[in-house]
Amino acid sequence: MALTKADMSEKLLEDIGINKRDGKDIVEMFFEEIRSALERGHQVKLSGFGNFDLRDKGERPGRNPKTGQEVPICARRVVTFRPGQKLKTRVEAYVGKRDPETR
Amino acid sequence: MTKSDLIDVIAHRQSHLAYKDVELAVKSLIDHIAQALASGDRVEVRGFGSFSLHYRPQRIGRNPKTGTAVRLEGKYVPHFKAGKLLRERVRSGNAAIVPARTDAFDADGD
Repeated sequence: MALTKADMSEKLLEDIGINKRDGKDIVEMFFEEIRSALERGHQVKLSGFGNFDLRDKGERPGRNPKTGQEVPICARRVVTFRPGQKLKTRVEAYVGKRDPETR
Repeated sequence: MTKSDLIDVIAHRQSHLAYKDVELAVKSLIDHIAQALASGDRVEVRGFGSFSLHYRPQRIGRNPKTGTAVRLEGKYVPHFKAGKLLRERVRSGNAAIVPARTDAFDADGD
């Protein structure tokens, strides 16, 4: 089951006693502030979790997969996420040994 | 922007809450996401993106110092795919990219 924003604000109520409304606002602001920083061109570093980096990609030739027609893909900025060591270690420790077929 | 900057902004907006509670909330939120991934669950936030795990099959690696071959077990690594809104908002950015300073009071070792 995928974790959603509703689960996140629920957890803030359980763990810290933050009411539903404030919890919902905090979760919303958390993601909005990260988006807004990235939109302004600011890298976001969440220690213990990872970094949201920005990369500028140059224009490159592309193709419409349906028609096969060549269309240039224009220059753009993209977000990449680099997980921190702590997150990588946590993920490896829990599911590192699990059979990929079961996932 | 660092975790402490993010806490400051949210605390400022939610001024009826104690700073300490906002700080705890943001840390708990990040931990909740990490915990979900560590248990093999996906995390989906509409307009932001999704976190999931990608499998890296076992491979033969090399100790860079000695050159000895070592077998590396298959493992899962965290992966993020930006959502539509985030991609669109970032796409046309042309201001210089600003690196985040290091979180001086939050050294978790990354």
